[in-house]
Amino acid sequence: MNVFETVKNIVVAELGVDPEEVTLEASFIDDLGADSLDIVEVVMAFEEEFDIEIPDEDAEDIETVQDAVDYIENAL
Amino acid sequence: MKLKDKVAVVTGSSRGIGKAIALKLAKEGAKIVVNYPFAGEAENAQEVVDEIEALGGKAIALEADVTEMDQVKAMVKTITKELGSLDILVNNAGITRDTLLMRMKESDWDAVLNVNLKGAFNATKAVTRTMMKQKSGRIINMSSVVGLMGNVGQTNYAASKAGLIGFTKSVAKELATRGITVNAIAPGFIKTAMTDELPENVVEEMIAAIPMKEFGEVKDIANLVSFLASDEARYITGEVIRVDGGMVM
Repeated sequence: MNVFETVKNIVVAELGVDPEEVTLEASFIDDLGADSLDIVEVVMAFEEEFDIEIPDEDAEDIETVQDAVDYIENAL
Repeated sequence: MKLKDKVAVVTGSSRGIGKAIALKLAKEGAKIVVNYPFAGEAENAQEVVDEIEALGGKAIALEADVTEMDQVKAMVKTITKELGSLDILVNNAGITRDTLLMRMKESDWDAVLNVNLKGAFNATKAVTRTMMKQKSGRIINMSSVVGLMGNVGQTNYAASKAGLIGFTKSVAKELATRGITVNAIAPGFIKTAMTDELPENVVEEMIAAIPMKEFGEVKDIANLVSFLASDEARYITGEVIRVDGGMVM
């Protein structure tokens, strides 16, 4: 499974952004326009899709798409 | 019809105030989920469904104990699958175990807090994602004037109803940006089967404390629920509205 592609699909679906905006460098808040509730929704979607658990204190450190991909690859 | 095609779930609506709310929302065009806690209430719940259908409305009865998160989640899943959305949640399920604090058992405290407060947490949490995705929703919590003023013999009930007010305001703040409003209603003395049983002198005393000098009726509560659930109330959130004939001001 390509983690980045899956993450991208989730982010596009949850945040309603264009796929080309979802680059590895993109920040959820600054570049993708997410607010705190959006981030909770995205994190919950990651948890479901990858069948992992992301505790709140870890979720706080996920600022960019790269952070998310790294975290998920580590957890799998 | 203020609520045409909206889907509304009213917890604990097989009888009492919950039933009146279910019927009123149905009259305003909403599709109703009549939630009831255990098999023993199934017949009453079915009667509510029958009444709604007789009025030309749509309703289903679903069993779920609000104190059990798994059951509440399963109910919400069924609702979104069968009815397509979930627009209105009325956290109405409530019980009393009245006795003086000195005589109150831990189990009396736990039972009341579990149904009245944790039940609202469970149901609210279970509907949040659906409503967030829709970017709209109405959550209405049934508090009580007892939660505002306290009452002898109701430490557990009053604590649960006051707790619902803090819960209401906090959820209102969390979900405001998603078009979800969260409000609480604090009924005063409402004429129900329970008040009909009270001795005359007790009733007289209660009425003396009400500026409007009469008990409220279940329809007074149901009317406010239908307003808060409608688009007309879109800018009201985190509010607690008393329906008590002026008793607590």
